[in-house]
Amino acid sequence: MATIVVYVEQENGKPIRASLECLGAARAAAGSQGASVVAVVARAGAKDAAAKLGAFGAAKVVCLVGDARPSADATARDVARVVRDQKASAFLAAATATGKDLAPRVAADLDVTLFSDCTGFEAQGGSFRVVRPWLAGKAIATLSTQAPVLCATTRPNAFAIAEVGGTAEILDVAASDDGKAIVTAVAPKAGGKLDVKEAPVVVSGGRGLKGPEHFKLIEDLAAAFGNAATGASRAVVDAGWRPHAEQVGQTGKTVAPQLYIAIGISGAIQHLAGMRTSKVIVAINKDAEAPIFKIADYGIVGDAFEVVPALAKAVQEVKAHK
Amino acid sequence: MKIAACIKRVPTTEAQAKIGSDGKSLDSAGFQYMPSFYDEIAVEEAIKTKEKLGGDVTVLTLGPQDASKELREFIARGADAGAILVDPAWHARDARSTAKALAKKIGALAVELVFLGRVATDRDNAAVGPMLATYLGWACVTEVVSIEITAGKGVAKRETEHGVETVEFALPAVITCNKGLNEPRRPNLKGIMAAKSKPIAEEPAEAVANQTVVEKVELPPARKAGRIVGEGAAAVPALIKALREEAQVL
Ligand SMILES: Cc1cc2nc3c(=O)[nH]c(=O)nc-3n(C[C@H](O)[C@H](O)[C@H](O)COP(=O)(O)OP(=O)(O)OC[C@H]3O[C@@H](n4cnc5c(N)ncnc54)[C@H](O)[C@@H]3O)c2cc1C
Ligand SMILES: Nc1ncnc2c1ncn2[C@@H]1O[C@H](COP(=O)(O)O)[C@@H](O)[C@H]1O
Repeated sequence: MATIVVYVEQENGKPIRASLECLGAARAAAGSQGASVVAVVARAGAKDAAAKLGAFGAAKVVCLVGDARPSADATARDVARVVRDQKASAFLAAATATGKDLAPRVAADLDVTLFSDCTGFEAQGGSFRVVRPWLAGKAIATLSTQAPVLCATTRPNAFAIAEVGGTAEILDVAASDDGKAIVTAVAPKAGGKLDVKEAPVVVSGGRGLKGPEHFKLIEDLAAAFGNAATGASRAVVDAGWRPHAEQVGQTGKTVAPQLYIAIGISGAIQHLAGMRTSKVIVAINKDAEAPIFKIADYGIVGDAFEVVPALAKAVQEVKAHK
Repeated sequence: MKIAACIKRVPTTEAQAKIGSDGKSLDSAGFQYMPSFYDEIAVEEAIKTKEKLGGDVTVLTLGPQDASKELREFIARGADAGAILVDPAWHARDARSTAKALAKKIGALAVELVFLGRVATDRDNAAVGPMLATYLGWACVTEVVSIEITAGKGVAKRETEHGVETVEFALPAVITCNKGLNEPRRPNLKGIMAAKSKPIAEEPAEAVANQTVVEKVELPPARKAGRIVGEGAAAVPALIKALREEAQVL
C-alpha cells in the first residue's frame, strides 16, 4: 500500500493551517488509492502537535524528539530517512518559508526532483501528479515524475483541510543534532500579524495611496475584516513605504485568498501574476480605465481616501452583527 | 576567498505565456530574456563580500552560449570571471538536474561561498539553492535578508511567516538571496569596457536526465467578467451586498 509522508509545521504545539491543508491534500489523494498518510513533526512542541494530527487525516505521526538545535539541514536528513523507512511514494510540505527551505533538501537527499508551490495534487493509476503555475501563474502545468518518490510543496489556501476525526499512532524518533546551519534566534513578528500568503483576506495598497502615512487606511480596513493581511504593490515597496514581505506579484509573493482587495493599484502584469487566482477580487481605483478592473469581480471607481474609510465602517458593521 | 554567484536567464516579467504546439511547453518565440530579479542581488552580494574579504567572484550559469551577454554585464559590475555550463535544452531542465550539474562545477571551482537567487522568476521553483547545498553537503541559508561573513563562518537573517530567524553556519556555504539584502549597483563605462576582455569559460553541462514529465500546459482559466458596482463611497453598500450575497465571502 502506498504511503504519503507529510511534513507538518507547528508553532507552540499547534499545527499551522497551511500544513493541515497539506495533510488534507495528501488525505484526498490517498483516499482514492487506499494509501496511508504519515505525518512528521519536529522541534519543541512536536509532541503536542502530533497528538492533534489524527483528526486531520494522519494515520501515523513520526515525532522527531530530543533537544537537537534547530537546523533545516539536520531536519531534512531526518525527514528523508522517514520517507525511506516508510517506503513512501510521495512527500509533501506546505510552501511556507520553512517548507520551501526544507523540501528541496529532502528531495535532494532522496536524489529526486521537487515540484514547488503546487495548486493540485492527485492520484493517477498508482502514482501521483501535480498541478502548478509556471511564469507566476501565466500558465498552468500538469506534471508527473519518473522518480520513485514525488516530492512537492503545496500552496497555502489551495487545498481543503480534511477533518476526519481519527487518532494516529505516534512514533518517537530521536532528532539528529548534526546541523551545518543552526537557527540561534527567532525574533517573533510584531503583534502576530497575518502573512499575505496565508490570510483568507488580503487588503493591498499601491501608489494611489500617495504616501506611507496613508497606509493606515489599508490597515484599518484589514482590521475591520479581522482575518486580513495587508499587502502592497512593488512600487510602494521600492519606495520604502511598505516592507518587502508584503509585496504581491511576480517578484514578491503569490497569493490566493478568498478575497483580494486592490486599492490604488493599477494592475500591472507583474502584480496580476501574484494575485489572479484569488477567489474574489475587488478593485478600488479612481481611474475607470485601470487594467486592474479587467480582472476584478467587483470594482468601485473612486477616490481611495473617500471609499476605503466608508468600506471599513461597513465591513465592521457586518462583522459586528455576525 | 573564492566566491561564485549563480544566475539564470528568464523571460522578462512582461512576457505573456503562449502554449507550444505540443501542448506540453511554452512557446518561447516571443520571449525576451533577462537575469532573474533575485540573481542581481546574489551577484551584488558576491561582489560586496569580495570587496570586504578579498578573493574573486565567478558568475556561473547553466544555459545557452548566448548567456555570455548576461555574464559580461555582471563582470562589468565587478565580478572577475564568467562560466557557462552549456546546454541547448537548459530551459527544460528540472530543479534536480540543474542543481546536480551546478554542484559538479562548484566542486571543481573550489569556492567557499555560493550566492543564488531566492527563486528564478520562470518556473518559480525556489529549489536549486538548497538542492545544490545538499548535493555538495554544505551549509545553506535561504531567503537571506542580511549576512555577515567572517573567517570561516557566517551569520545570516531570514524572514519567515513567524518572524526573523538568525542562522549561524560554517563555510563552505550556499546562500539564497532575498530582496532587501542589498541594492544592486549599475555597471559604469570603465567596467563595461574592461568586461569585454574578461574570460568566459564554456563547457558542456553535465548530462543529468530530467525526472519531470510534462503532461500538459494550459493557460489559466479566464476569470469571468466582473463589473463596476458604482462610483465613490456611495457604491459601498452595493459592494457589501455583492460580497455577502453573490460571492459569499463576507
Ligand atoms: C522585473 C519587474 C518585476 C516586477 N515585479 C512586481 C511585483 O512583484 N509586484 C508588483 O506589484 N509590481 C511589480 N513590478 C512593477 C509593476 O510593473 C508596476 O510598476 C507596479 O505594480 C505599479 O504599482 P502601483 O499599481 O502601486 O502603481 P501605479 O502603476 O502608479 O498605479 C497607481 C494607481 O493608483 C490609482 N490612484 C491614484 N490616486 C488614487 C486615489 N486617490 N484613489 C484611488 N486610486 C488612485 C491610479 O489610477 C493608478 O491606477 C515589476 C516590474 C518589473 C519590471
Ligand atoms: N540554469 C541555471 N544556471 C545557474 N543558476 C541557476 C539556474 N537555475 C537556477 N539557478 C539559481 O538558482 C536560483 C533559484 O532558482 P529556482 O530554484 O529555479 O527557482 C536562481 O535564482 C539562480 O541563482
